[in-house]
Amino acid sequence: MTDTKENVCLEVKGLQLYYDNDKQALKDIDMYIMQQRVTAFIGPSGCGKSSLLRCFNRMNDLVDGCRVEGQILLDGTDIYDSKVDASRLRRRIGMVFQKPNPFPKSIYENVAYGLRIQGVNKKRVLDEVVEKSLRDAALWDEVKDRLHDSALGLSGGQQQRLVIARTIAIEPEVLLLDEPASALDPISTLKIEELINDLKSKYTIIIVTHNMQQAARVSEFTAFMYLGELIEFGNTDRIFTNPNEKQTEDYITGRYG
Amino acid sequence: MDHSETQDTSLYRSQDQTVATWFRSGEPWIWVTGAAVAVSVIAVVGLLLILAVRGLGHFWPSDIVQFDYVDARSGTQTVVAGQLADSEQVSLEQLSSSGLALDPSLGDIRRRDLIKTGNRDLTGADFRWFLYERMSTIEKPEGLMVLERREWGNFYGYLLAVKEAGVTVTEQPPMVFSEPVWEEFRSRLQRALDLNETIQDIEKNDTRALNYRLEQLRLDERALELNENLDSQLRQRESARIAEARAEIAVKYDVLQETLNDLHTQIGRDSFTAITVTGQEVELTFAKVVHALLPNQMSVLEKVLAWFAKLAEFLSEEPREANTEGGVYPAIFGTVLMVLLMSIMVTPFGVVAAVYLREYAKQGVVTRTIRIAVNNLAGVPSIVYGVFGLGFFVYGVGEQVDHLFFEAALPAPTFGTPGLLWASLTLAILTVPVVIVATEEGLARIPRSVREGSLALGATKAETLWRVVLPMASPAMMTGVILAVARAAGEVAPLMLVGVVKLAPALPLDGNFPFLHLDQKFMHLGFHIYDVGFQSPNVEAARPLVYATALLLVVVIAVLNFSAVNIRNHLREKYKALEH
Repeated sequence: MTDTKENVCLEVKGLQLYYDNDKQALKDIDMYIMQQRVTAFIGPSGCGKSSLLRCFNRMNDLVDGCRVEGQILLDGTDIYDSKVDASRLRRRIGMVFQKPNPFPKSIYENVAYGLRIQGVNKKRVLDEVVEKSLRDAALWDEVKDRLHDSALGLSGGQQQRLVIARTIAIEPEVLLLDEPASALDPISTLKIEELINDLKSKYTIIIVTHNMQQAARVSEFTAFMYLGELIEFGNTDRIFTNPNEKQTEDYITGRYG
Repeated sequence: MDHSETQDTSLYRSQDQTVATWFRSGEPWIWVTGAAVAVSVIAVVGLLLILAVRGLGHFWPSDIVQFDYVDARSGTQTVVAGQLADSEQVSLEQLSSSGLALDPSLGDIRRRDLIKTGNRDLTGADFRWFLYERMSTIEKPEGLMVLERREWGNFYGYLLAVKEAGVTVTEQPPMVFSEPVWEEFRSRLQRALDLNETIQDIEKNDTRALNYRLEQLRLDERALELNENLDSQLRQRESARIAEARAEIAVKYDVLQETLNDLHTQIGRDSFTAITVTGQEVELTFAKVVHALLPNQMSVLEKVLAWFAKLAEFLSEEPREANTEGGVYPAIFGTVLMVLLMSIMVTPFGVVAAVYLREYAKQGVVTRTIRIAVNNLAGVPSIVYGVFGLGFFVYGVGEQVDHLFFEAALPAPTFGTPGLLWASLTLAILTVPVVIVATEEGLARIPRSVREGSLALGATKAETLWRVVLPMASPAMMTGVILAVARAAGEVAPLMLVGVVKLAPALPLDGNFPFLHLDQKFMHLGFHIYDVGFQSPNVEAARPLVYATALLLVVVIAVLNFSAVNIRNHLREKYKALEH
């Protein structure tokens, strides 16, 4: 698949984000997210990469005093349109958080949660989806014998894969990953990265990471952000080998961050 | 300059122990904290111990002593028999100033015993003080018996003869004990007790059910009168139905009455004569006796069994003799039922209020004010809630309810009078702040990440609350309920205004539709303590019951609390995800 205008999944136009009404966290962001590609957001802490990620599924709505200007278009619809139902949007744009956050329910119920919310209660359907999602999240073999045990008994890496399984169970188009491996050990991190590689044939993935090697390993596109601004956005290979901007080069070579 | 010369770098504890270093070491602090714990433990254990000893000792069948006594004032000599209830040391000065001329050579401190002499129908008082030094020939005759009667308290004396329909069946001379006579007495007493149980059963269940149905019919009839726009055909059919049902009940009533009359004749058949130690002969029917014991002959094991039997009776029977005898079952039942109803009312209400305050309301000055107000409500004296309950629920809501739904019963109020519903509601209002505060704290502790996880899966805020947040907050809600139960179960003052009464042997839960009678008045252990202790005509007889009932109240509250704590621990185990 070539990356043309038709393959654009999300389009960000002049996005501004303010916290507490006056503190600007994102300044005038314009970018495209390509379909079924992995886009990585990198940048030093506090640069706004997580804030930007949370704009894609309107998670910032929950923060008091947070205000968004500009547009994010999904299939030509502005997701910040007043007629958009945020919960419907979040079914199409799933999110995995930095820390694993399974519900205090069984493994099975964690994965089935999204479907139950949508009113699916048929056991046959749920069984099928749970198995498929856990297989897709490369967790099935580890948990198939204890599906009805508490999810809290899993290790951190397993919990994070369970959260991914829970997210893909409702078949979103886009997966937002907010530093999904930062709280995990190296082996679990590797598993998550392998998983991202497997998943990108089906999903558009946006990943926030502070680990540049990870960004280089898993992504096709990279956006470098600094102090709420999008400094540079482009092909990952090009950003890492031949950045246009001095700031990008400084960050990648480890001069600050 | 070398460092070691100016500064002591030794790692060993300093040898010169001064008060200052002792304070610095923190040791006094450990002693103070430890002492505080010790004092608290001693206070609690001591309290329970006093209640247990004073209360539970009352059920022990102690020996009956018989002695000759020379009255200090009149000098007359009498024979006295009874059970030792209390003993105290009194100074000679105090005794002399009350007009007793005592021999000063016997010392300054004199022993005085409180003897339960019973026989109130003959002597007028069943507890009397006796000076120990005036007693002589103290003995414990094996034939001396104690009878617990349905009226007039205990009887102490010797059995003389057992009679059937006025004819002597068997007899023995006074003060002589013969086994066959006692056996005869025992078997006839058992027969009377069995008959009495049957009578009680019929009166309590069958007669009461019929009375209840009659009352319902009366209300139906009255409702028919009040309903003006009913066509005459329906009216006739309805009054025919009522008349028919009445006739049916009347027939059943007659049958019951006949059975009861028959039973009463049967139970009145046997009687016995007994003689007191002072030589008064009395004739009693077996129907009047509850227990008959010969404590002076009983082995320790028999006494232990008798003690358990009395304890069981205390827990399972209705009170008798102005609450100074019998049991407290209706009070236990009322307390537990009221607390359960209160919990059922307060939990949803408090949780819903907390959810709004924490999850939906905009956090600002108004919410903060409301929160402070709620917290302060928890500190309002409970009697104030009682007054509120009486004014608002009973006279306000209750009267309206009567006018709307129970017009047929007017002018007799149904809900316009203190009752179980209003008592539970008043206590629910009293405890709702506790539940709100605890639930709010629980909601605040649910990690944001779990909520976001649910929202990110397309759940709405309500779905997230319902499926994730509330289950996770349920242990905190239970904490609120535990605190509410602890406060409500011990509350007495407001209940006196909104539904608790001295005596209500009819339980608010029975076999008559609608089974749970929320309009009924009920008994409560806390009020029972107050009533028995301070409103009783027979203080000495009632005092041990005060302790026993207090102990029971503590136990009931502890059981209620432990059940709630168990539920909470179970929920905690289930939803322990709070380490995020």
